[in-house]
Amino acid sequence: MPRVKPWIFLSLAVALGAGAAIGRVHLSNSVGTPVADAGRAESAAAGAVAPAGGAYGVFVSLPDGPPRVHTGEHDAMGRPVTVSCVSCHTSMEPNLARRTAADPPMQFHQGLTYAHGQLSCVSCHNPHDYNTLRLADGAAVPYPEVMTMCSQCHAPQARDWTYGAHGGMTGYWDLSRGARHRKSCIDCHDPHAPAFPSMTPTFKPVDRFLTPHRTGGAHE
Amino acid sequence: MSDERTISLPVLGQIDRRTAVKGIGATLGLGAFGVAISPLARMREQLSAEELMQKHYKELTPEDKEAVFARLEREAKDQYGADVSIHDPQPIPGVRFGYAINLSVCNGNGKCVEACHKENNHDRDTNQSYIRVFEMPKGTTDFEHGNTTYTHDVPREGHYYLPVQCFQCENPPCVDVCPVEATWQEDDGIVVVDYNWCIGCRYCQAACPYHARRFNWKKPTIPAEEVNPDQGYLSNRVRPQGVVEKCHFCLHRTREGRMPACLEACPTGARIFGNMLDPDSEIRWVLKNKRVFVLKEELGARPTLFYFFD
Repeated sequence: MPRVKPWIFLSLAVALGAGAAIGRVHLSNSVGTPVADAGRAESAAAGAVAPAGGAYGVFVSLPDGPPRVHTGEHDAMGRPVTVSCVSCHTSMEPNLARRTAADPPMQFHQGLTYAHGQLSCVSCHNPHDYNTLRLADGAAVPYPEVMTMCSQCHAPQARDWTYGAHGGMTGYWDLSRGARHRKSCIDCHDPHAPAFPSMTPTFKPVDRFLTPHRTGGAHE
Repeated sequence: MSDERTISLPVLGQIDRRTAVKGIGATLGLGAFGVAISPLARMREQLSAEELMQKHYKELTPEDKEAVFARLEREAKDQYGADVSIHDPQPIPGVRFGYAINLSVCNGNGKCVEACHKENNHDRDTNQSYIRVFEMPKGTTDFEHGNTTYTHDVPREGHYYLPVQCFQCENPPCVDVCPVEATWQEDDGIVVVDYNWCIGCRYCQAACPYHARRFNWKKPTIPAEEVNPDQGYLSNRVRPQGVVEKCHFCLHRTREGRMPACLEACPTGARIFGNMLDPDSEIRWVLKNKRVFVLKEELGARPTLFYFFD
């Protein structure tokens, strides 16, 4: 069974444009079947990460295309009106030095929280075609291959992900009995602020050992 | 002395004192016995003859099992109002389960604890669960320094989070001490409990170095609509009062090839599960490529749940 070989990660991590084609095999979304929730599609990664004898595939949650920007307006049906990136960006000169939406103030993307190292917008977004992303070597990659983008810098995480040791999943550990669904980088990490957010624990055991001692009771 | 023998109690006429004392003693004794066994009369409602006569799990024939499971399904309907299906998936040949938790990623949010609670039909009043998450100061793995009751936002500076559940040890001390063989290790490594054979002595609880076993102090309360109907005899069926229970790696799921509930619920992706005998499995890659460790290794219990930092 074609378990992924280490050289795949090298190509994945270095991501030398077209040279990273093998690394992209299991990240590609050639099917592009849109699913209802959040405009996400799942692409079959069978053959790339399926263990021996696996009859069922591994499906990775990936975007099915470029995102759309909310205008803040709603149509007659109450649905939010969104526009594609190129609606504005075809007629705008890209500001290659821009790092945040606030400085200098920008008309759109105002609510965007930005905290991703020292990267600028065009470190990832392609100023020549906003419907794609741009790798460090200048090669454009479509949005469904966003993990190739992340893997340029985050090679150890990409390696661990490929071997199933990073990132959440559901479904079957035994692929001969059922399919597995995996999360991609951007399911858990907002690409504009990728640090995993702080959480509040919501479920705690309630038993007599964990209840704090009452004060002012019969003992006093 | 013969004078004393002739003294008789006025009420009892000719009966001598020795006989009278015997009679009173016997009456009191009978009364005490009656009081002592009176709970049995109430027990009749809960304990059927079949349950009382049920054999050890390993001695049950397929027909016996069918009857036992049908009875338990009936009881679940009577006591909890839930239509459940009890099955008994067997270990998969060539499979030995292993589990790993990435402590660099775990942030102590406790979703695994909650998922276990719901999946395994735990008592709702106590929020019982097979998993405890310790908030640990960095630099130690000693439970004594841990805290499970934190409610602040996580992760907290200077701390890491250590989820602890049954490690399905290869050399389980809990199994050794059971006086009635109500707990044993199966071929896939999972240590199980026959809840109908357990006498509730809690020796196993004392023997476990990881505090992984729980005792049902009370009859679990679960609303009918919250009962998970997908139940295994040796796993998540609703346990009776007075028996010990423990994590079973969700064997009703994992022996059908599915992931454990705690893994699926983990929002951080900290959990890796699979077959340690499959050289291409994710768990094998972790064991080979990460610096895994187990808790209290010096005790020699050989846990099959591993931790690592990366």
